[in-house]
This record gives sequence, C-alpha cells and structure tokens, in this order.
Amino acid sequence: MSAIPASPALRAAGPASPGRLGLQTFLANRMSLASAVIVLLILAAAVAAPLVAPHDPNETDLLRRLQPPAWLEGGEWSYLFGCDALGRDILSRIVFGARVSIFIGVAVVALATAIGIALGLAAGYLRGWTDIAISRVVDVLLGFPYLIFAIALMAMMGPGLQNIVLALVYKEWVIPCRVVRGETLAMRQTEFVEAARAVGATRGRIMFGEILPNILSPVIVVATIRMAHVIILEASLSFLGLGVQPPTASWGSMVADGRAFILDAWWVSTFPGLAILVLVLAINVASQGLRDAFDPKIND
Amino acid sequence: MKASAVAYRLLQLVPVLLGVSVIVFLMMWLTPGDPVEVMLAGQQATAEQAASLRHDMGLDQPPLQRFAVFLGNALTGNFGLSFFHRRPVADVIAERLPATIELTLAALVIALLIAIPLGVVAAVKRGSLFDRLATVGSLFGVSLPGFWFGILLLIPFSVNLKLLPVSGRSSLSCEVAPITHLLVLDSLLRGQLACAGEALRFLTLPAITLALPTAAVLMRVMRASMLEVLRSDYVAFAEAKGLSPRRVLLRHALKNALAPTVTVAAIETGSLLGGNMVVETVFGWPGLGRLVVESIFVRNYPLVQAAVLLYAVTYVLLNFAADILYTRLNPKVEL
Repeated sequence: MSAIPASPALRAAGPASPGRLGLQTFLANRMSLASAVIVLLILAAAVAAPLVAPHDPNETDLLRRLQPPAWLEGGEWSYLFGCDALGRDILSRIVFGARVSIFIGVAVVALATAIGIALGLAAGYLRGWTDIAISRVVDVLLGFPYLIFAIALMAMMGPGLQNIVLALVYKEWVIPCRVVRGETLAMRQTEFVEAARAVGATRGRIMFGEILPNILSPVIVVATIRMAHVIILEASLSFLGLGVQPPTASWGSMVADGRAFILDAWWVSTFPGLAILVLVLAINVASQGLRDAFDPKIND
Repeated sequence: MKASAVAYRLLQLVPVLLGVSVIVFLMMWLTPGDPVEVMLAGQQATAEQAASLRHDMGLDQPPLQRFAVFLGNALTGNFGLSFFHRRPVADVIAERLPATIELTLAALVIALLIAIPLGVVAAVKRGSLFDRLATVGSLFGVSLPGFWFGILLLIPFSVNLKLLPVSGRSSLSCEVAPITHLLVLDSLLRGQLACAGEALRFLTLPAITLALPTAAVLMRVMRASMLEVLRSDYVAFAEAKGLSPRRVLLRHALKNALAPTVTVAAIETGSLLGGNMVVETVFGWPGLGRLVVESIFVRNYPLVQAAVLLYAVTYVLLNFAADILYTRLNPKVEL
C-alpha cells in the first residue's frame, strides 16, 4: 500500500507555509496594514467605550442643544464634535455607536459563516439530495435583493438588536455557503481526501478535519469583505428607523436624527456618517489586502 | 443560443419563484400577534371590517389553503385592500412604481457613464496614478453609506447654491399628460422642454446618490475584463496588423470587454431596487421604496408583502435577463 499523502494542513507547519507567506505579503502591504490598524483601534475604542468616551452618550443637556464642534464659534474642546438636538455629546455617541456596528458585523458574519460552512460542506461533499435541497434554498434566497429582504423581516419581527442579527443572518449564510460548496467540490477529488476515505475516516472527520482546514483562506477573506457590507446594511436599517431603537446610539440612526438640522447643524449627521465611511473603508482595504495575500487566484 | 435552452432556463425559474412566494407568505407568520389586530390598531375599525379584512387576507382558512389563495391572488395581481389608503394594494403600487423605475434607470445610466470610461482608462493605463486613483475611488464608492452621502450632497447643491431641489419629483408648475409615466421622458415626448429640465433637476441628486456604489462595482468589473481582453491573442494580432491603438481599443477590445460589465449591470439593477428604499426616503422621492418604508410604520402589511414579492420577482427576472444577455454577448458561453 502506498503511503498516505500528507494533507496541506499538516504541511502548513513548515517554514514556507502558504499561511506564513500570506501573512508576510499582508504585512508588506502598507495600505492594508494601516487599514487593519484603524479597524483594531475602532474595535478597541468600542470595547473600552465607557473609558474612552468623554461623556455619558445618553446624557442630555438642552443648554448645549446643537452646540457646534470645538473649532467653530460657540464650540468647546470637551465636546469635540459638538452636540445633537438633545444636547448629547456626538463623539461619545459615536464611540458607543461603534459597539452596535461592530457587534452586529461580527455576530452576523460569525453566525452566517458557521451556518454557511456546515451547509456548504454538506452540499459539496455529500452531493445528491442534500446538495439539491441546500442549493435550491440558496437559489430562492438569492432571489431577494438583500436590503429589501432585511427590511421586510424587520418590519415583521419588529426592531431590536437581536432581530437585526437574525434578519441579516437569514440571508447572509448563503454567501459563505456558496463559497464553501464550490471549494469542497474541488477538494473532494484530491488525493488526501481520497486517502482519508480509503483508511475509513468518517464523513464528519473528512469534511471538518480534512477539507475545512484547507478551504479556510477564501472563507476568511469572504467573511471580512462581507463584514463591511453587513455594517452598511445595519446602518441603513437603523437610518430607516427599523434597527436599533433610541436612546441606544447607532451610527445609522444618528445620521437620521441629524437630517432635520442639516441646514443649521451639519455636524449632527456628518460625523456619524464619516465614522461609518472610515470603518467600512478600512475593512474593505484590509480585506483586499487579505485577498491579495491569501487568495491570489482572484487578483485583478 | 437555442430556443430550447432559453425555455429550459425559464422552466428552472418556476421553483425559484415558487420558493420566493413561500418565503414572502411565511414572513406574515413571523408577525407577532394577530396581523389584523396589529394592522387595525388605532384605526377605529368595526368588528365587521376586521372580519372582512381577516377573510380578504385568508386568515380564517387553514395554512395550505391560505397559501393557495395567496398564490392565486398574486398571479392575478390581487393583493387585497390597502386599509391605510382605502384602495386596492395593486393600484397604490402601480401609482408609485413609475417614479421608482425612472430613478433606477437614471441611476443605471449614470453608473454606466461613470464606470465604462473610467474602467477602460484604468485598464489601459494599468499601474499609473490614474489607475490607482480610480481604484481608491471605487473603494470609496462601495464604502459610502448612500443615505449619508445623499444628505451631504444636499448641503452644497440644494442649501448653499440652491441649484437643485431638496426633495420631491416635480414642481407644481409643470403638468405633463402621462404617456410612459416617466416624467423626463413624457416631458420630452410632449415637447415640454422646460418641464423636462425641471424634472431632471429633481432627478439629479437622488440618481447620483443611488448610482455611485453601482458605478464603483461596475468600474472594477470593466477594468478587470478590459485587462483580460487586452492580454488576449486577437488584440495582439490586431496590433500586429498595424491597426491604430484607438481602433484596436474601440472596435476590438471594448466590444468584448463590455459583456461582463453589461451582465453585472443587469444584476446590479437588483441592488439599485434595494438602495431605492433608502435614497427615496432621503430625497422624499414619491416611489415604491418610500411607500414600503411608510407602510411598515403604519403596519400596512398587505402592501409590504406585495411590494417585496414584486421586488423579488423583478430581481429573479433581472438575473435571468443577465444570463441571456451574457450568452448573447459572449457566444462561447452556453446556457
């Protein structure tokens, strides 16, 4: 009997592993690295929000109603980005709002990726009726424009943090599922999977122990790209009043709150919107760097 | 492309459309409590009206029968009564649909006008400053929250310069007898140029806001497909024949590089439909998207259900059209 070929996962321990090479490529890309640092800084600020935010995000002070940013006439340096219509500190609300955006981004993508991996592996490896059933559900869910699907679900389920996560996960899992299914189909005929099957490994062991470690790169790349998308979707839902409810600070609802004062107090909408742009742009640039480093097949 | 292949592809749409209807039907089940009570809350409806609504919505029947009624009604365009408007849902939707179609088409045209030239130049000048700026620009485009960007556009163009209106679709001074119900087109067809100009002023900001993320996606696709075409043998052959670079680019490369862009544009039109809800809300555009958002807050569920079904069916058909278009533009691919 010939020797069982080592799986790429085992070989990955060597000095010139694809993972290490990918990491080196990523670290050498200054734009992506800087973007990753920005994302980490926002994450740190969100986690340590009570320590970082200069004021209580929900503390109202009508004497400071629509107070301009510090550098404009009438502004104060202790209220850097000014105050909203209820006299709440905009910077503090942005810092606390980051918690909502990041929590929803991470929770939705993590849940969707877990579901997508399980169903994508099952469809791609087991084939037959399992594949047909999963693929048809995927086709049907792809039949809905994403935002409309989420809006309809939020309309039916009602607003709230948990409902936003659910409304977005219901469709989001389809994307990692398709990626995993495609990669699994390519992997199931490889030598090391054949070898594992020959030595009697169970289906679960082959799917999660052999195939999954070898298809993780594209899955992680897709997950980071999707996180940016999910954050914009959450902000859009909150902007429409279907997301996180007041008084909890959310970037989307902060932009909506400032709309009525755009003539006299541009800062109320501008800074939360800028926060969304910076976070989403940083995630997009970092994920492009990740893609170039770990999944070079799809370059250009 | 064989007619049988198109017919087979059309047949494949049936289970997808059926699945879409099942999900739209099931969404009603997610509504906590009795949908009729929720819908009529605060509307001082009598018990008879509630019973009549319950009957219209098929809520007094078993689930399978309810689904059959829903499907039959959907196929005949009967979505019941919009209690809020006191008119049939289909009529209310038909009234608001042209504004959404006009906005979507305008956004699509703007997106293509931005994406095609920028994508071509970025590919031809690969690695140049222009290419890098275009890449950064496209990253900005996909990262921009549309609702925020729309509000920002209002500050210089509507508030400071007063060039473009803040909200709405037309001014009261312009009355154009409808032909297509698309205001700009109808004004042109009726020879009312001033009204066409006025309608364009209202359309500009919402259409640009809606177009930018799509333009960013299409530019990337255009650049990538152009790069691929420029590396191909027939382009090298055309250059070797001594054809001018301009002729090679416009007559040979561009035509072939357009196929993926046009296909993605058809698919992206579906995303524009979603973006409509946000952009119409920002600019007070009287389209279907804004109607759906308003209907959610007054719990006008039959209208939301009908609109979601309409959006989904349109989206599925757009994807189908994209498939057909791709095979027409690229004869190497079979359905």
